[in-house]
Amino acid sequence: MRHLSTPESLLFYMMLIREFELKISEMFAYSKLAGTMFHLSIGQEATSVGIVAALEEGDYMTSHHRGHGHMIALGADVRLMMAEMFGRKTGYCKGKGGSMHIADIELGNLGANGIVGAGIPIATGAAYAIKYRGTKQVVLCPFGDGAINEGVFHESLNFAALHKLPIVYVIENNQYAMSTSVERSSSIKELYKRACAYGIPGEAVDGMDVEEVLRVTKAAVERARNGNGPTLIESKTYRYYGHSRTDSAPYRTKEEEEMWKQKDPIKQYQRKLIERGVLTTEDIKTMQERIQKILDEAVRFADSSPYPDSQEIFEDIYA
Amino acid sequence: MRELTYRDAIREGILEEMRRDEKVCLLGEDIGVYGGAYKVTHGLLEEFGPFRVLDTPMSEALIVGAAVGMALLGLRPVAEIMYIDFVTLAMDQIVNQAAKFHFMSGGKVKVPLVVRTQGGTGRSAAAQHSQSLEAWFVHIPGLKVVMPSTPYDAKGLIKSAIRDDNPVLFIEHKGLYNFKGPVPEEEYMVEIGKADLKREGTDLSIISYSKMIHSCLSVAQALEEEGISVEVLDLRTLRPLDDVALKKTAEKTKRVLIVTEANKTAGMSAEIFARVIELVPNVQRVSRIAGKDVIIGCSPVLEKASIPSEEEIFQAAIEVVQGRAGREMVG
Repeated sequence: MRHLSTPESLLFYMMLIREFELKISEMFAYSKLAGTMFHLSIGQEATSVGIVAALEEGDYMTSHHRGHGHMIALGADVRLMMAEMFGRKTGYCKGKGGSMHIADIELGNLGANGIVGAGIPIATGAAYAIKYRGTKQVVLCPFGDGAINEGVFHESLNFAALHKLPIVYVIENNQYAMSTSVERSSSIKELYKRACAYGIPGEAVDGMDVEEVLRVTKAAVERARNGNGPTLIESKTYRYYGHSRTDSAPYRTKEEEEMWKQKDPIKQYQRKLIERGVLTTEDIKTMQERIQKILDEAVRFADSSPYPDSQEIFEDIYA
Repeated sequence: MRELTYRDAIREGILEEMRRDEKVCLLGEDIGVYGGAYKVTHGLLEEFGPFRVLDTPMSEALIVGAAVGMALLGLRPVAEIMYIDFVTLAMDQIVNQAAKFHFMSGGKVKVPLVVRTQGGTGRSAAAQHSQSLEAWFVHIPGLKVVMPSTPYDAKGLIKSAIRDDNPVLFIEHKGLYNFKGPVPEEEYMVEIGKADLKREGTDLSIISYSKMIHSCLSVAQALEEEGISVEVLDLRTLRPLDDVALKKTAEKTKRVLIVTEANKTAGMSAEIFARVIELVPNVQRVSRIAGKDVIIGCSPVLEKASIPSEEEIFQAAIEVVQGRAGREMVG
């Protein structure tokens, strides 16, 4: 993706995702959001940005309930995202989709999804359609560690491997499916190893390191683009907040949370870029200010946008 | 006019659409090399190749989910679920995905796909291969549901379903595949959402769809001999329902008998019953005869006992006309 081609841009989009989600938490506290169903990906920014950065313009992806980061990494207009979060008519989906369904096919996002795992066969079908078209596009299909225990995971990976489809599956392993840990839900703890059941490459990556995520995903995307079929990547990451607003995460320890926060994807990348002389502390401060302006404008836009007319509930049911 | 079987009429409709539009493709279990469990797609693999006539693994959720993904990218997939009973395995993809994507995206994306499947009794296929589950889908905004009763309607409707920009459940009846009827050589379409008056009459309206239409027509003939003039309305599409046609027939005869193979409780017959009363408040009598609220048994005796017989329909019709059965609405 052109807009993610430099280290500064990788950092910028990770910071934008984090600040966007902190902003919606703040807006939630002010009762500005439509409903309570929104899922923060704070902690997972390196994965969201790293996988999307591996794509080219014209590629596709699916997303899921914890998908704000994917949209932002794709270059979405955060004003329209904020308006959608606010339930306004000017949002990406006219206020009909909300947090869990923000998508824009023009950006390459085929749809976020409120049903765990449901995007996997859809992405797989999209990859079949690309093969049908005969183009060199690729589909990226991220999902959480919970989704790999849904039947569609098996059905889809088997099919994609069988037809050598141009698709990259990414398990965003944030360690918990709502409250249930990987240890309590998967017979195999190294989730990428499930790839061997389908005879496709499987690889684990440090999901807190954006450059590593990008490197591994890029190799998989190229493999897919060159007709060599799917890959299963496991990006090991962590969500700092609970599953959703009402979850205070009683199922894990503060020590564990701290351990992961030590590896914070944004802080460690900022340190790296300063060490390399790519950015200064001052540059990062400027970046932060720029992001705040963008988000303040997004909130202003959303807050001043009209709600949909109630009669619009009857529209868009059929094409 | 030439006659075709219901099976060959559907096949011809699909064939014509595949020749017309290379975006139309088929996927499902055993549809290619084997030609389909009921041979509807027989021979299509030879003409269109394995990429457009795709034999899938036994993965119903994948079949419909992949069809959604294909449709999002502009193809017009026709997914086959071999028996409607197996649709349980693909329910999320039909109900939460295909039906809702257009709306959830604020109208930005379209999901033009057809799920072809077949249901109903008649082959002693027992409890998991004989059900009439159409009401589940009729209940879902965002889906269209089509259930043709004749070769003519089946061909015209499958063509319309393939050209429709929405997800369409196209539910065939396993007991009709060998049924023959006139089908013109020249191209035609049958519009989705339009019922068809299969027989005109003045004393009673029988409203039905799919295979039960033929039982109703046979009963109507028998009633004619008793001096009772019956019209038979074939709904053909269950969602959207043709309210205009429902209203017209109920206003005309003022007596309505609804017949469905699907079992009674919370079934299609209940919806039609309510619709008729809402649309025509001065209708005199409305009654229904539906499948029994039982699990379909394998033995032909048990299977037959689970769905309305012609004798039962005949009796129910007489009682409605004579004012002895059904809900009396006025007077």
